[in-house]
Amino acid sequence: MTTRARDTLIGWALLAPAMTLLVAFTHWPALASLIESFYSTARPRRPARFVGTANYEQILADPVFWQAFSNNLLYAAGTIPVSIALAILMAVWVNDRIPGRTFARVAYFTPTVLPMIAVANIWLFFFTPGYGLLEQITGAFGLPSHNWLGSPETALAAVTVVAIWKEAGFFMIFYLAALQAIPPVLAEAASLEGASRWTFFRRVQFPLLMPTTLFVLINAVINAFRMIDQIIVMTRGGPDNATTLVLFYIYQVGFSFWDTAYAAALTVVLLALLGLVAFVQYGILERRVHYR
Amino acid sequence: MSAPAARSPYAPTGIWVGIEAAGALVLACLWILPLLFAVWAAFHATEDTTRFALTAPLTLENFRRAWEAAPFARYFLNTFVLVTLILVCQFVLCTLAAYAFARFSFVGREIAFALVLAQLMIMPDVLIVENYRTMSRLGLVDTIPGIALPYVASAFGIFLLRQTFRTIPRELDDAARVEGASALQTLWKVYVPLARPIYVAYGLVSVSFHWNNFLWPLIITNSVEARPLTVGLQIFSSGDQGVDWSVICAATLMTSAPLLIGFLLFQRQFVQSFIRAGIR
Repeated sequence: MTTRARDTLIGWALLAPAMTLLVAFTHWPALASLIESFYSTARPRRPARFVGTANYEQILADPVFWQAFSNNLLYAAGTIPVSIALAILMAVWVNDRIPGRTFARVAYFTPTVLPMIAVANIWLFFFTPGYGLLEQITGAFGLPSHNWLGSPETALAAVTVVAIWKEAGFFMIFYLAALQAIPPVLAEAASLEGASRWTFFRRVQFPLLMPTTLFVLINAVINAFRMIDQIIVMTRGGPDNATTLVLFYIYQVGFSFWDTAYAAALTVVLLALLGLVAFVQYGILERRVHYR
Repeated sequence: MSAPAARSPYAPTGIWVGIEAAGALVLACLWILPLLFAVWAAFHATEDTTRFALTAPLTLENFRRAWEAAPFARYFLNTFVLVTLILVCQFVLCTLAAYAFARFSFVGREIAFALVLAQLMIMPDVLIVENYRTMSRLGLVDTIPGIALPYVASAFGIFLLRQTFRTIPRELDDAARVEGASALQTLWKVYVPLARPIYVAYGLVSVSFHWNNFLWPLIITNSVEARPLTVGLQIFSSGDQGVDWSVICAATLMTSAPLLIGFLLFQRQFVQSFIRAGIR
């Protein structure tokens, strides 16, 4: 037996268990969603039948889907830049030798180890009209009472805040590690050149953080489409679909309305969105990132 | 996280130290405010929940009521079994796969690796509808293996371990072969011990992820026997009987306590593990 043949045999034998499960629970369901999206949902006494692109036409004409889609874009636009900016700020602060930095680091990171579902329960109380903590604070300043989660104008912003709070500290630690990996010589050289603190950050630290930013960005984008735990707890997509995101809508269609074919078509749309994001990030951004 | 040896010329000086520290502390306080509030509510009687009098009497009554109102002991057991099952299976499967990718040049390796990486983008959470169907075909709905299976072959774990295995010198591998060790023996005797820190890091990340995971367990379970803590907590706190706030806060703290305490005790290791797992 040649080495190559032997390696192939051992290689695939080692890979087989993991590959089987990957195919069964990632590749197959992705493909099955695509196939099923061309059929109707089976009902008692009415088996599934081929309906062509009917499910996709339904998506195009579905106002709830479009609302979920635009909500999701707003949710992404709200969480991604703010949590990344906060993460950088936190990392820069905790990286300096300031009093209380251990406390600050623990405080920033704590939300990461808490279950989102538990956290959402706490925030729910925060936002409760009448006697919630936020109301007590705004009330102390004489501001009128407001139902943050109950009104369509503020509900999405409220769940976005929770997502930012959960994520920023997680991203911080990657920036912290990257900042500590920057050689101190660079700071000395920059200061000899008379660069200001801001110039040093913008011209030296920030560009060197780009690989970290790309990594964090990918995580943040995936999370923007994936993180719906707090929505299930806090608003259940309401009021009036104001906080329905794409994955939450899939969950609702699939497991509340039991319209699995339509849920499959929605899944395909979400997969296409994620694929597009992957293409943009790996194909285009990756080439522009400066690597050490 | 050791402090740099020399002082950076850009380290804040004089009044700036104060300003920066103040900013960092205000943000830190804001960040743990929700948690502090939950602690406050959980240890006080309901009527003191929103009256922040420092003299209000402390009580463990809320914890007792939460513990009695729902089968939390069972939920703890379920979560513990779930997290352990996932971790053990992930270690075994990811180690084998990572070894294959790191040290064998086999036919179809590039395609196989691309197929693995696809899971980084398409996480099991997105495929809930079809995975539910698969589980009901396998008869695994409402079982702990049913919750675990989609996460066991983790692309993240395979990738992480592959990167680590590749840094191990081939000479060690060859030496073991010369001594007559098989591929599996080499893996067990050479690779696994050398990658120990990565296993610790990956283990911590995996345990905290699955302890906290919610959507898929919510969908796939419908009985007390299979439900993990997160789902149990949600069902408990969204009960129709109108559970009171301090009890919900007590239950919330109770379910997060093991991870939270673990994190506070070993915060340095935790943070370093997350960094190690995240940076390739």
